[in-house]
Amino acid sequence: MHRRLAQRAALALLLLVRATSADVLPDDRADLFYSKYSGGGMDITGESVLVRKKFTENFAVEGSYFVDKVSGASVDVLSNASVIKDERKQKTATVQYLNDKTTYSLSYINSTERDYISNTTHFSLSQSMFGDLTTLTLGWGHTTDTVGENNGTALAPNVAWLGHAEDSSYQLGLSQILTKNLIADLNLEVITDDGYLANPYRSIRYLDPTNAKGYSLASQVYPDTRTSTALQGQAKYYLPWRAAVTGSYRYFHDTWGITGDTYELDYTHPLANIWILEGRLRYYKQGHATFYSDLFPYADSQNFMARDQDLASAENTTIGAKVTYAFLPDGWKMFKRGTATLDISRISFHYLDFTDIRDFGLPEYQPGDEPLYHFNATVFQLYFSMFY
Amino acid sequence: MIMNRLRSAMIVGVVLLASGCGIQPWVKPYERDRLADPIMAWDRDALSSAYLDHVREAREGSRGATGGAGGGCGCN
Repeated sequence: MHRRLAQRAALALLLLVRATSADVLPDDRADLFYSKYSGGGMDITGESVLVRKKFTENFAVEGSYFVDKVSGASVDVLSNASVIKDERKQKTATVQYLNDKTTYSLSYINSTERDYISNTTHFSLSQSMFGDLTTLTLGWGHTTDTVGENNGTALAPNVAWLGHAEDSSYQLGLSQILTKNLIADLNLEVITDDGYLANPYRSIRYLDPTNAKGYSLASQVYPDTRTSTALQGQAKYYLPWRAAVTGSYRYFHDTWGITGDTYELDYTHPLANIWILEGRLRYYKQGHATFYSDLFPYADSQNFMARDQDLASAENTTIGAKVTYAFLPDGWKMFKRGTATLDISRISFHYLDFTDIRDFGLPEYQPGDEPLYHFNATVFQLYFSMFY
Repeated sequence: MIMNRLRSAMIVGVVLLASGCGIQPWVKPYERDRLADPIMAWDRDALSSAYLDHVREAREGSRGATGGAGGGCGCN
């Protein structure tokens, strides 16, 4: 399941807007994108194509198509003895209109999987002001999801539709030139959810002396609503030897009791106008949701119960590198230039109150005393971009 | 409560929009060559960033505010 990916794609539109100043639309481009994620029992490959075209200096259209193929399953799904094999297709269409110093963007995103259908509409406007030193962006998105569970197999699916969910997101962004070498950015986003919000493939567990394992599994019970607030600040500085360093921090809190802190540091270094090298470090830490527990004392011990690893106390560290190679500097036929980019990240996940019950248990480990779960993941991206 | 705060912030934004024309830029357009360098873009490849955001969001409880405000370069 790829919950909320469509919402992420909608927010990519905000990135598109900020990829240029608010009073110029971005360049025409076409991208071919390949990605592979491996880690925690999951293998996900992604292929995408994106085309962007300006029809006038004030009007642009963009379309993209993304296919994700998932095989395997994460540890808590495996603990429940089912393996996922699925494919997700996402189509996105965007129009952008520039009027003086204001850019308007409207997009529609459709994402379908065998057991999940999601439709998102997103609108944003971005306004340059104060002599183009400041750019203010306002965004609003709305998503409707239909959530199901595949009780069959990959080849013979049997999907039971469980319910619907809706969310609305509100974004406020402020980007500010501070000096000739320094730019800063402040982003606020509030998201409200309503409906079926649980992951049907994951289970809680509770102590059960009648079970040979010492515990039994049961369905998760989530609240029907969630509201989250995230505030991010970042700054980018141009170093004297033509390189850039970026620092960012994000604070997160939601009505499920999760609090998260994200720190990131990036360094970008060009070489001879042909190569751009980039390195990044990221650290993330979160506290668990109030209704999360690795092991509940008995069945139905709370009105809301979760053992989804995403809601556990956890931390992860990312180290990443990106290399961009510029080719066709003098252009070729309709193309002005092209780039090829390779991006590799290594992420180390550590859970602080989520145990590995797949590989450990009685008689060596009593329920609740199993070792904490951890895993490493590799994220690989390769893409070609042609500008015209 | 949160919605009220957000609404207030948006009102402040609109007021700023309406009153922003009178302020003189302290970094002149001809002083923005470094800010116009591609290495100073907040995000050179939106497709890649959205993908990485998704990878994280699918495994973390936090979400949002990784997009951002408009460019701010004002280089043209």
